[in-house]
Amino acid sequence: MSLLIVENLNIHFKSDRSKDHIHAVRDLSFSLKQGEMLGVVGESGSGKSITNLALMGILADSAIVKADVAKFNGVDLLSLKEKAWQKIRGQEISMIFQDPMTALNPFLSVQFQMIETIQTHLGLSKKDAIDKAVELLNLVGIPSPKDRLKAYPFELSGGMAQRVMIAMAISTNPKLLIADEPTTALDVTIQKQILNLIKMLQEKNNMSVILVTHDLGVVSEYSERLQVMYAGEIIESGKTTDLITHPRHPYTHALLASRPGALVDNLKRMPKTPLPSISGIVPAFHQRPIGCQFNPRCEFVMTECQRSPIAIEVMEPKHREFRCIHPIQSGVIQ
Amino acid sequence: MSSILEVQSINKIFPIKKMFKKPLDLKALSDINFTLGTNETLGIVGESGCGKSTLAKVLTKLEAPTSGSIELLKIKYPDYNPKDFHSHIQMVFQDPYQSLNPRKKAFDIIADPLRINTDKSEAEIKELVFVMMKRVGLREEFALRYPHHFSGGQRQRLGIARALMLRPKVLILDEPVSALDVSIQAQVLNLLLELQQDFSLSYLFISHDLSVVQHISDRILVMYLGRVVEYGSRDEIFNNPKHPYTQILLDSAPKIGFKSIATKNDVAPGEAPSALYLPKGCAFAPRCPKKTDHCVKSIPPLEDKYNRMVACLNA
Repeated sequence: MSLLIVENLNIHFKSDRSKDHIHAVRDLSFSLKQGEMLGVVGESGSGKSITNLALMGILADSAIVKADVAKFNGVDLLSLKEKAWQKIRGQEISMIFQDPMTALNPFLSVQFQMIETIQTHLGLSKKDAIDKAVELLNLVGIPSPKDRLKAYPFELSGGMAQRVMIAMAISTNPKLLIADEPTTALDVTIQKQILNLIKMLQEKNNMSVILVTHDLGVVSEYSERLQVMYAGEIIESGKTTDLITHPRHPYTHALLASRPGALVDNLKRMPKTPLPSISGIVPAFHQRPIGCQFNPRCEFVMTECQRSPIAIEVMEPKHREFRCIHPIQSGVIQ
Repeated sequence: MSSILEVQSINKIFPIKKMFKKPLDLKALSDINFTLGTNETLGIVGESGCGKSTLAKVLTKLEAPTSGSIELLKIKYPDYNPKDFHSHIQMVFQDPYQSLNPRKKAFDIIADPLRINTDKSEAEIKELVFVMMKRVGLREEFALRYPHHFSGGQRQRLGIARALMLRPKVLILDEPVSALDVSIQAQVLNLLLELQQDFSLSYLFISHDLSVVQHISDRILVMYLGRVVEYGSRDEIFNNPKHPYTQILLDSAPKIGFKSIATKNDVAPGEAPSALYLPKGCAFAPRCPKKTDHCVKSIPPLEDKYNRMVACLNA
């Protein structure tokens, strides 16, 4: 059974400047099984973070969230009142953010921040909460956790601070962990440690994870399923291995092929030769094109791409989905 | 190939003063040696705190080295007057949002190096600016816009245009694409490769993204905590890394199409120690899987082994 089901999620923002609302996320549908890791890839402005904030119920008041279905563990998220949200947010769905240094309060010690979460959600006494915090820090691999509890965020390295964030996020044993670019601010060796830690916790607690990143390499190593977002839409989704070796949408294909290390059709690219690049930039919210969102940058663009929004196409048996009229047929990428 | 930049055993020590305590020495760079040839790209790789950016600052004279000598076009750094110096070496910064003056128009940002360092008339400058804008892929009408009107990729083009106005021989690129979106990175890398040919530039390319470094560099310098641990040609380093740190760095980089094997064991446990309290012996020893007793006794020298320079006793 699916833990999370989202169908036709639309997020608009009220704008001071114009009467038209800004359509940030358009017709987003996806589901997530218990214990599964879903990778979400997209550039800035693709709507991936806004979707996550909506799932946590922490979007600003100017946002209008509509969906046909938004069910988490059988609960309809759309009808929740703030009191009910507080039971789910942090307890059932947790989130870790890109920059651990700004996500932690610089004025409060690690202990204060950790036991606040633990006491609120688990109702433990202060002493038990401290014991629980030590246990959690131990689990996420922080050496001498008792001393580290007394530390303030600035005394921790980026990797350590992200471990503390993860410890706080999993303290309530959530069913779903949303990791929004958890390693973008970290070094590669530390990135590997943190991703391994998230993977270990996912398997240990049978937790579902949404791993958001702009780095295709990160998701391809860790997530089972992958969805690619562009300008507020899911443009392609499927099993990770299948999607990255046989991308069907021209955007995914170009994104994969433009990586310096990519092998396209088994041809190794020589160093210092031009990379295939995607011209132009992601359209701004108020300048979204008509029809396929990618059409101004697509090298295979045709007139029908510019007419009306493109419906998502589902390909059985591998359950591949893509939003393109003229999908790429070949082009193996390694 | 003639060398354009020669760096000989430079050290950079920052004294850290603490109240009522003896000042501590932060060894940001220790005994760095390398040369940069004409039209060549040297990639500098390492994690945060390894001294990459300090090295860039020393090379652009923003910081003076504590000891050692640097020669640019066979002239020692202290012998340069600032105007000559800056017309030979320029820098492109990581964050195109913070490295451009928000109160200046694009035209002025690009024109200022000429106004400050040359006696060219405003008409000549105008012509040169428009030629350069066209060359880096910025349309003419952008000249009167402010930096906040531009996207990240366009800003980085602006930064590159500014750096090239004085026709330098050497360009120091400090993480020039890491703040950009993936689809924009390739555009900027292609531009850098074209410009290198057109202006016969030498690049010092600092990055933590190994696939980018591999694509753009001829030779690679790997740094760890202020020291060079491995230095050699791109293919030797990437195809056959010898220093355990280089090996771990290459292993840790996420690769497309590879399922993570090391789910349980971390390749390099722990983190780099603070440069204030360096361990005795090899700085990487506390995290090194191949550590032996003599690693912690003395600092391994950078030796010529396996067609490259490597600083490891067990390599």
